[in-house]
Amino acid sequence: MTQMISIENVGKTFTLHTQGSATIPVFDNVTLAVEPGECVVLDGPSGIGKSSLLRMIYANYRCLDGRISVRHDGSPIDIAEASPRTVLDIRRRTMGYVSQFLRVIPRVSTLSIVGEPLRSLGVDKAEADAKAMTLLARLGIPEPLWQLSPVTFSGGEKQRVNIARGFIAGYPVMLLDEPTASLDAANTATVIELIQEAKAQGTAILGIFHDTAVRNAVATRRFDMRDCHVAA
Amino acid sequence: MALDEPLLVADDVGKRYGTQVGCEQVSFELWPGEVLAIVGESGSGKTTLLNCLSAQLEPSAGTIRYRTRHEGLRDIFAMSEAERRLLMRTDWGFVHQNPSDGLRMAVSAGANIGERLMAVGARHYGDIRETALDWMGRVEIDQGRVDHRPETFSGGMRQRLQIARNLVTGPRLVFMDEPTGGLDVSVQARLLDLIGGLVGDLGLSAVVVTHDLAVARLLSHRMMVMRRGRVVETGLTDQVLDDPQHEYSQLLVASILQS
Repeated sequence: MTQMISIENVGKTFTLHTQGSATIPVFDNVTLAVEPGECVVLDGPSGIGKSSLLRMIYANYRCLDGRISVRHDGSPIDIAEASPRTVLDIRRRTMGYVSQFLRVIPRVSTLSIVGEPLRSLGVDKAEADAKAMTLLARLGIPEPLWQLSPVTFSGGEKQRVNIARGFIAGYPVMLLDEPTASLDAANTATVIELIQEAKAQGTAILGIFHDTAVRNAVATRRFDMRDCHVAA
Repeated sequence: MALDEPLLVADDVGKRYGTQVGCEQVSFELWPGEVLAIVGESGSGKTTLLNCLSAQLEPSAGTIRYRTRHEGLRDIFAMSEAERRLLMRTDWGFVHQNPSDGLRMAVSAGANIGERLMAVGARHYGDIRETALDWMGRVEIDQGRVDHRPETFSGGMRQRLQIARNLVTGPRLVFMDEPTGGLDVSVQARLLDLIGGLVGDLGLSAVVVTHDLAVARLLSHRMMVMRRGRVVETGLTDQVLDDPQHEYSQLLVASILQS
């Protein structure tokens, strides 16, 4: 087995200390593995914890219950136990995450934001820029916008910048949180192509897609989070 | 030197003012290229800690070791005064909240930058001036102002000049105390972008004290949350901000105004 993501008996409960220490159990006992070249789609209604699970794998949320490991440099690394430095290295070289939001420092150009993951791997600027241009063009971001900061872009444009940034480095593991949520049909088709290309290259993908057509086009397998739901 | 060694190691560091606790039991490692943010409200001990780490205040407990260029990790308070001063002048930078604490207000902008260079042995006037001009450009100050005193600069320009003065010697570690405090929002954004770019391009490590969580999010990789002199939570910056565990971190995050 060469599981790229392994999730064993993972649960998530939020404790809100500022609101009378209310506890909000979200899910429990999630066990799931993702192999290279497959795209596993998380199913279930809003609020069931799909995004939370992706964030836990990315170490953006803490995993205090159960175990999540990601294969990095050939061996599984326990994300909850890993030092911040190791997690940053995993994010730099192994695992990408496309969220619905783009958070950037104002004034940095779109081209530079998209090329940054490649530059951080030591790729020189010209090559990173060239690849960024190709992706931005495929995703239909007009060339005059490339030198501008995406701060003032529309929601759909920001989302496409985010997708370009997520896919540029060809990470072996990708987490996709509704990457097509605010895209038109043509751009959605491009994102499906990008996902299919990544799968063909052996990327292990775990994603959330509300759009049924997208889900059917990319899913190798589905995982229903309703089975792990915990009643509050 | 090897990258698989930390640059700065704090071990159980504490500082008391009489019976008053400034900070206590602080331990962490800072690695090359990492930016660590120390956040917390006024009086939480973050500036005391920063002053200890940067050798401006001797801690009453614990050790602080820095990986020197030639002799590996060394206790900064076991060094001679001369060694420590050399370190502070060359390998370290310190960006104060108030630029007038880090600049010499009565000498020209060019001389402010050149002074740090001369401290590391630069003597050729033309070269020094050339470098000063180059750095003024990099921090986006009109090069025509090289002979003007910082007294005549705006707050944002002074802060950028202070950054140039610190970075001109090619330090490996920069301490920043509320670097964007007291600046208006548009100037803050420009400064953040500039600091973020310079830190990334130069591969600097930095310890940044701030009470502004948005600044911490944009600049830092890791974060320590302090309260009453102690570290109450530590982790990746996005993790601490998006899924805070400690009651006090939750309160801090919940108190951010949404824009």
